[in-house]
Amino acid sequence: MQLTNRSKQVSNKQMTFAERIYLPAIATGLGITIKHFFQKKVTLQYPDVKINLGPVFRGRHVLKRDDQGRERCTACGLCAVACPAEAISMVAAERQKGEETLYREEKYAAVYEINMLRCIFCGLCEEACPKQAIYLRHDEFVPVFTERDQVIWGKDLLAENMNNRYLRKAWTKEEAREQDIKGVEAQPRTQL
Amino acid sequence: METTAPQLFKITFDGIEIEVPPGTTIMQAARQLGPKYAPPAMCYYEPLKGTGGKCRACLVKVTAGSAKDPRPMPKLIPSCITTVQDGMEVENTTNESVLEARKGIVEFLLINHPLDCPVCDQAGECHLQDFAFEHGRVTTRYEEERRTFEKHDIGPYVQLHMTRCILCYRCVFTADQITNKRVHGVLNRGDHAEISTYIEKAIDNDFSGNVIDVCPVGALTDKTYRFKNRVWFTKPVEAHCDCEKCSGKVTLWYRGDEVIRVTARKNEWGEVKEFICNTCRFERKKTSEWTIEEPTKISRHSVIMANKYRADLKKPDFGLKVAAAQYKEIDDSRPYLTDNNTIRELSKENNAKANQRSLAENN
Repeated sequence: MQLTNRSKQVSNKQMTFAERIYLPAIATGLGITIKHFFQKKVTLQYPDVKINLGPVFRGRHVLKRDDQGRERCTACGLCAVACPAEAISMVAAERQKGEETLYREEKYAAVYEINMLRCIFCGLCEEACPKQAIYLRHDEFVPVFTERDQVIWGKDLLAENMNNRYLRKAWTKEEAREQDIKGVEAQPRTQL
Repeated sequence: METTAPQLFKITFDGIEIEVPPGTTIMQAARQLGPKYAPPAMCYYEPLKGTGGKCRACLVKVTAGSAKDPRPMPKLIPSCITTVQDGMEVENTTNESVLEARKGIVEFLLINHPLDCPVCDQAGECHLQDFAFEHGRVTTRYEEERRTFEKHDIGPYVQLHMTRCILCYRCVFTADQITNKRVHGVLNRGDHAEISTYIEKAIDNDFSGNVIDVCPVGALTDKTYRFKNRVWFTKPVEAHCDCEKCSGKVTLWYRGDEVIRVTARKNEWGEVKEFICNTCRFERKKTSEWTIEEPTKISRHSVIMANKYRADLKKPDFGLKVAAAQYKEIDDSRPYLTDNNTIRELSKENNAKANQRSLAENN
């Protein structure tokens, strides 16, 4: 009875002498191996060479500043409440007179901490942020840590460096696809 | 001769028939049905007399005025100040024009309201936030500049953000009815109308802090709680104390072991029934000064419950019914004995009786 027409007839016939010495088969196999010596290598020497993971990869966090270098974060707590791993904690403070160049709004995060052991890099904080203050960098990972005190990142590590601003080619997958087609260079996000 | 027994009016609200005494407003009748049916209210505040009719959030459609005159009312009417009539038919969520009107009301309320929820301390328990979320549009169409005010300092306890005010007049009625003399009110007219005090006079009444609780938005907030924490990171607990000025029944808001805010208790409509004094609200911020009763029950869908792992406790109805059915009165008439000798004598007597009984059974 035939159930499918994919079944193959199997033969049990004896191999010929040429087949039995395996030399042609070995030569074919070696040929395939040698062919790959001259092809492009698929592996990368990782710590020295890094692959581009695309514009919307979720790496380490950055607390963005605006064009004038003021911190965008107002400590509204939406990132912390959105965080499924409860990695984020903050303490808010009121902006004093004369600090208008440091903080964008009346209220700011005096302490902003992310526990990198807890963080699962889901990017929900980025989505929840109403002030576009927190982003996960597409170009940098959280470095491997070996000590306990390296785990909780404060504002010293998270706040953006104005001399080396974080730029991103696109901020959503759709945008990335569009810009790939147009061939646009990375732009800092200026709108609120 | 007229009958003296109260005659009940039968009204139909969203297709549900209820009977209410005459003089009830449509809002109060709807609230008897439950939070699912009641229209939203921004200015109406049941414990304060005279509130309502200002914000238009509670507009409903009356499709039949009464049994005697079943014509529909031509316009949408505010349910909080309209009293019911026998045979009235009201449509709330079942009427498309009501829902459309509410979207417009949200838009009007938000015209001059700043979108500073990330900064505002009221966020998370703000009635305007809830109202806009449930009934409003997603985006704003308003492009003009928003109205702003000069900043007023109205004392060390209450923070006034006039830009956030929606002119519901609740705080004015609070001051009129809870306190002896009012020092703040609405000044100017129209677009310039603002809550303020005459000649920057500080609010120093013992119950002035209650304007914080009645404010539906973040216009009046607790200065001692300013930017301390977000509402949803704090844990509310019911507590009371012996206070000579007020009932002393409050809700404490904890961050860790620290009380960071004290408010009056709010019911399911967000209304305070028992107002508390300023001493309780602003100065008693130690756990040792309070007797804690239980965690505040909050709807599981509220943002205040976010990231808290306590299921919203609901005791099963059946168990309570069984307990009620099996309940027996205990004879409490026996004297309460404290004297050691008497107790010893009585126990001897009781033991002798018990021994006799057991011996009798054995024989």
